[in-house]
Amino acid sequence: MTATTTPYAGLTTPSTARRLLTAPTTGPLAALLIACVFFSFSTDQFLTGGNFSLIVQQVMVVGTLAIGQTLIILTAGIDLSCGAVMAFGSIMMARMAAEGSLPPLLAIGLGLLVCAGFGLLNGVLTEKIPLPPFIVTLGMLNVAFALTHIYSKEQTVTELPGPLTALGGTFPLGHTDITYGSLVTIALFLLFAYALSGTGWGRHVYALGNSVEAARLNGVRTSRLTIGVYTVAGLLYGVAALLLVSRTGVGDPQAGQTDNLDSITAVVIGGTSLFGGRGSVLGTFIGVLIVGVFRNGLQLMGVASIYQTLITGVLVILAVTVDQISRKKAR
Amino acid sequence: MSRNPRPHLSLLRVAACTGALALALTACGSGSGSESAKSGSGGVKVGLITKTDTNPFFVKMKEGAERSAKENGAQLLTAAGKFDGDNAGQVTAIENMVASGVKGILITPSDSKAIVPALAKARAKGVLVIALDTPTEPQSAVDALFATDNLKAGELIGEYAKAAMKGKKAKIATLDLAPGVSVGVQRHDGFLKGFGVGAKDPSVVCSQDTAGDQTKGQTAMENCLQKEPGINVVYTINEPAALGAYTALKAKGREKDVLIVSVDGGCTGTKAVKDGKIAATSQQYPLKMAAEGVKAVVSYAKDGKKASGYTDTGVTLITDKAQAGVDAKDTAYGLDNCWG
Repeated sequence: MTATTTPYAGLTTPSTARRLLTAPTTGPLAALLIACVFFSFSTDQFLTGGNFSLIVQQVMVVGTLAIGQTLIILTAGIDLSCGAVMAFGSIMMARMAAEGSLPPLLAIGLGLLVCAGFGLLNGVLTEKIPLPPFIVTLGMLNVAFALTHIYSKEQTVTELPGPLTALGGTFPLGHTDITYGSLVTIALFLLFAYALSGTGWGRHVYALGNSVEAARLNGVRTSRLTIGVYTVAGLLYGVAALLLVSRTGVGDPQAGQTDNLDSITAVVIGGTSLFGGRGSVLGTFIGVLIVGVFRNGLQLMGVASIYQTLITGVLVILAVTVDQISRKKAR
Repeated sequence: MSRNPRPHLSLLRVAACTGALALALTACGSGSGSESAKSGSGGVKVGLITKTDTNPFFVKMKEGAERSAKENGAQLLTAAGKFDGDNAGQVTAIENMVASGVKGILITPSDSKAIVPALAKARAKGVLVIALDTPTEPQSAVDALFATDNLKAGELIGEYAKAAMKGKKAKIATLDLAPGVSVGVQRHDGFLKGFGVGAKDPSVVCSQDTAGDQTKGQTAMENCLQKEPGINVVYTINEPAALGAYTALKAKGREKDVLIVSVDGGCTGTKAVKDGKIAATSQQYPLKMAAEGVKAVVSYAKDGKKASGYTDTGVTLITDKAQAGVDAKDTAYGLDNCWG
């Protein structure tokens, strides 16, 4: 069916070199490296530990959202509500802890649960009615956005208790300050990379994205799996909410308005196919890094921010073109 | 299922990425080459972060900063949020600018409160931070504020509207910005103060948020007219909202007998005053805010003295139908000094 169904194919083992060359992440990785080399030569401040730590810190929120987005896109779904759900989660955590005088950890826990609940609802509506995920999550985007503004009364929440901003703290590694939140994001990427490539659950997710019918005939409980994927994605949005709060130090009702498209951008640039069944979270990690590196590098060079948007647009079209060409050739 | 991996495909993929990247990079690299070269020769780096890239107000601000940077031998870095209210985008821009070694940052905060922790981090690294146009909350979160006195801008059009009504009973609609944004609150309060009515006065019959957007302004005005057809004074947060209100009024044939007042003094808005669509507007000067800001950073780099406190960059009432007792300039002056 496709030339690069790496984890799903599994029966014959191509040579390591071949696997590397055919991995969907090869192109994005090359792009990332080229960009890094280019910026290293263009500006003195780019190639430093501190700057790389900064870039990872700047992509951790969208990166975490994009893990959930990758899972959903792998099942041939899409989630437009992720940024809005995250915003609602973050404002809930912030308000409950700062003004509702709940213990901060309980507030965080409730925020995570609510985000997972939004994911569950997305999954159930998609599967049980059933409705196209685009429509379900478009609706949920508006619902979560409105709830955020109603619940926050349009007010930014400041003076948050320590545990909410703890992940924004740093520890020194050599001469570089690393944010705890960056580690959380990297750990989540590794966890889901393993879950997708090394577990039965992961194989089923790819199978579902390739063909629901075929997956069902092979004994995959597709409905339950889909709902599970949306719920896990929701939980990840909850983690993103906590990372967001820790990064900015405030609960901001305006947050996350373009993060749905930003996360889809990262997924696509990272080589995951919007048609489902092909791609990886490591590709997505490279995707968010590409966006982050361009934003940071161009800023350091003194290029106006509108060019970052321009280049991101070009990269998206390029990535999808490459995906389409490789699908055609593989047929 | 095909079990036949095709290496040439991924080579194609790499090649395609590489080619396009190289193109993209060369294209933008050539535009910025002169700037990055300058940084080597020791020009002071100044960062300007606006709410968005697209609003003419901020375009003019950028123009003022660029001109002033050139005059003072400084290098200007610019960035903006993706939309009005994009706090995370502004935080990222601050971090990147600090990493690139700016001496000072000029910022129009999208969220007056949410931006504060990020500004504190920048200031802790010795960066001079000046808020332009919009104050932070608290105002002490920045070293200095260069802005229009928005309360006064509101007061001027309030006094004007009061005089123009000549004692007729007023039914006022206010087309506001958004809840909790200081600029909008100050202009609104200033208008009521100038008009001489309290916040809960029954003459204010309709208040709607427009986000300063023409389409939303039109919708808001339509709804207000639905609620209270007898509205005869319309306060608007800015000229796009005012033009939206004008369109709504015109559709009802009411544009001649309703007084619209506004704030901003953009060129489109000032022209609308000349055309009689808007009765009067309070003109502000974004170019001056940015130019003064760049100068302050350059002088901080020279002698280490930080600008502080609030600098009023001025506001002028522009109208062609002057009222006795209210100082104003005509639209010829307004068009000479407008922005956008």
